[in-house]
Formats: sequence, structure tokens, C-alpha cells
Amino acid sequence: MSKFRKDGGKELPPISTASLPDIVFMLLFFFMVSTTMREVTLKVKMRLPEATELSKLEKKSLVSYIYIGEPQPQFQKTFGKAPRIQLNDQFADVSEVQDYVIAEREARVEAERPMIVTSLKIDENTKMGIVNDVKQELRKSAALNINYSSRRRAER
Amino acid sequence: MSRKMPEIPSASLADIAFMLLIFFLVTTTMDVDSGLRRRLPQWVDKEQEDENDINERNIFVVLVNKNNDLLVEGDYERIDNLRERAKEFMENPFDDVNLPEKEPKEIPYFGEVMVTKGVISLRNDLDTQYGTYLAVQNELVAAINELRDELAMRKWGKPYSNLDSEQQGAVREIYPQKISEAEPKGKI
Repeated sequence: MSKFRKDGGKELPPISTASLPDIVFMLLFFFMVSTTMREVTLKVKMRLPEATELSKLEKKSLVSYIYIGEPQPQFQKTFGKAPRIQLNDQFADVSEVQDYVIAEREARVEAERPMIVTSLKIDENTKMGIVNDVKQELRKSAALNINYSSRRRAER
Repeated sequence: MSRKMPEIPSASLADIAFMLLIFFLVTTTMDVDSGLRRRLPQWVDKEQEDENDINERNIFVVLVNKNNDLLVEGDYERIDNLRERAKEFMENPFDDVNLPEKEPKEIPYFGEVMVTKGVISLRNDLDTQYGTYLAVQNELVAAINELRDELAMRKWGKPYSNLDSEQQGAVREIYPQKISEAEPKGKI
């Protein structure tokens, strides 16, 4: 008879998994609250330029997006490699920008319409020609508040 | 005596919750969109040449060509120096005759101040890269923001963003963000 028993007869009880659902639900609620739904599936490649004088877009519901960039590899067969405009979920032509802006405006409450911001998400290697065309279209449809979407750069 | 109802097994609850969690992880994004806020000018049917009546010394001409080179007031410039040049132009501390004129203006909190008449004019080629264009815009906006910050520090001892809206309005009147973008016409 020894004081220190070797491997005792009793086995270690298994860890209770009763609280696992609670933990997972906690994670779930965190993600539901802190994220927003993805608006569109991107069909263009974008590397946003860097800038320092950024301001955040507060109200997501007031923002409409225009994407410009090279089509993703799987679309390059049909659409080529030249930068294209994407509105909502499809490629569009410059002439469709006005209709898009008007449709976006119609979708908002009248009181909020003057505050609508058009966020331009444009690849940094795009030529200014296509950007200028879009800007002219925006001016024609009186969507004057714009936002050049960009990433934050550390101050020099 | 009735038998006790057997308890519903809760072992699969975790799996269901995991499934929901993964669904939300995939379909949502976390990024907050931020960027450079600008306001486009009103659309006019006929492009009027309204820059003719602005004195030459009051315009700060920035040209960007298709090779992404900068021409500032007639000479080559690196983008790193653009901010300093723009600040010097807008401030004109020693009333240089080549830098913009100033006119007296009545402004709340400050009284009568000499306000610059300078305008920044930005023109780019159709083949300029968007990244360069945005970097130039960023430097010009940064120059004006820095001037506003410095003024706010001198007057109230705190940065521009911490002022109340009336004070901000006064500072904005002294250093207006006048950046005009001419339409690109062919080659520069």
C-alpha cells in the first residue's frame, strides 16, 4: 500500500460541451452586429489608391457605388482586359451611368436625396479618360457629392 | 404515475450555430468605406471660359501629363514638394508680388482679415493614371487642411476638427478649398 497511487482507477471525466452553443452564438451575434451585407459581387479587379486626407462615409444607406477596373480573369475572355465600369452586378457602359444614378436617387426618401454620395471605387492603374467620362455623366445627372474611395496611408 | 418526457438532445445545437456563423462570415463585409470627399462643379451646357478674368498671379496651375509627371507653375516638380508649394501659394506670408493677391474680408471671431484670392487649377491628360491623379488631389487637399489646422492652433489652440461648426466656418472662409478642375483637352 503506497501513498501515491499510479494511474488511479477513476478516469478523467470528459469536458462538458454544454456551453459550446453559447460561445458560438456569442460569436455569431458579434459578427451579425459588426458587419454589413456585401452589396455586390465584384466583377472587376481593384487596387484602391492610397491617400491621407480621408473621411469616413457615415451612412451606408446614402452611398451608391461605381466600380471601375480591369475585369476579373474569368470575364476577360468575353470583356477583354480594358478597364470597365461595373454598376450593381453587371458591366455597364458610360451612357448607363445616368440611368443608374437616377434609379439610385429614386430609391431613397425625398428628404435624403441631397445627401446621397457616389463612391467611386477605381483601380489606381486606370487611365483618367474613363474616369473623366464618368465624372461628366455624374455632373450631368447632378450627383455632385463624390468620394474617391482610397486606402489609408501612413503619414510621411 | 406518468413517465417523464425525454429531454430534447441539444448536442446538435452547436452545429446549427456554427452553420449560421459561417454563413454570416461569408456573406458580410467588415470594411468601412473611406475616401477623399470632393464636390463636382455644377453642369453647364456650354463650357464658358470664365478663367480669363482671373489674374495670372492668382492661379496655381498644376498639370499632370500622361507619364504622370507634374508641372507646377511652369516647372517640373516632385509630388513630395507639391504640398509645400501649394501651402506657400495659398498663404503668401510675405505678400510676394508673384503670389496671389489678398482682399480684406469681415469674418466672425477674426475681424477684418486679408483673404487670399488664389485658385488652384488642376488639369490632367486623358492617359494620366488615376493613382497619380488622386495623389495630387490628396496633396492639394492636405495643403489646405494643414493651413486650416495651423490657423486653428494659433487662434484656439486646438486642431480644426475639434472646433465647433461656427468656428470651422470662419476658418473655412479664410482658407477656402478652391480647387478647380479644367476638362482635359487633348495632350498637355
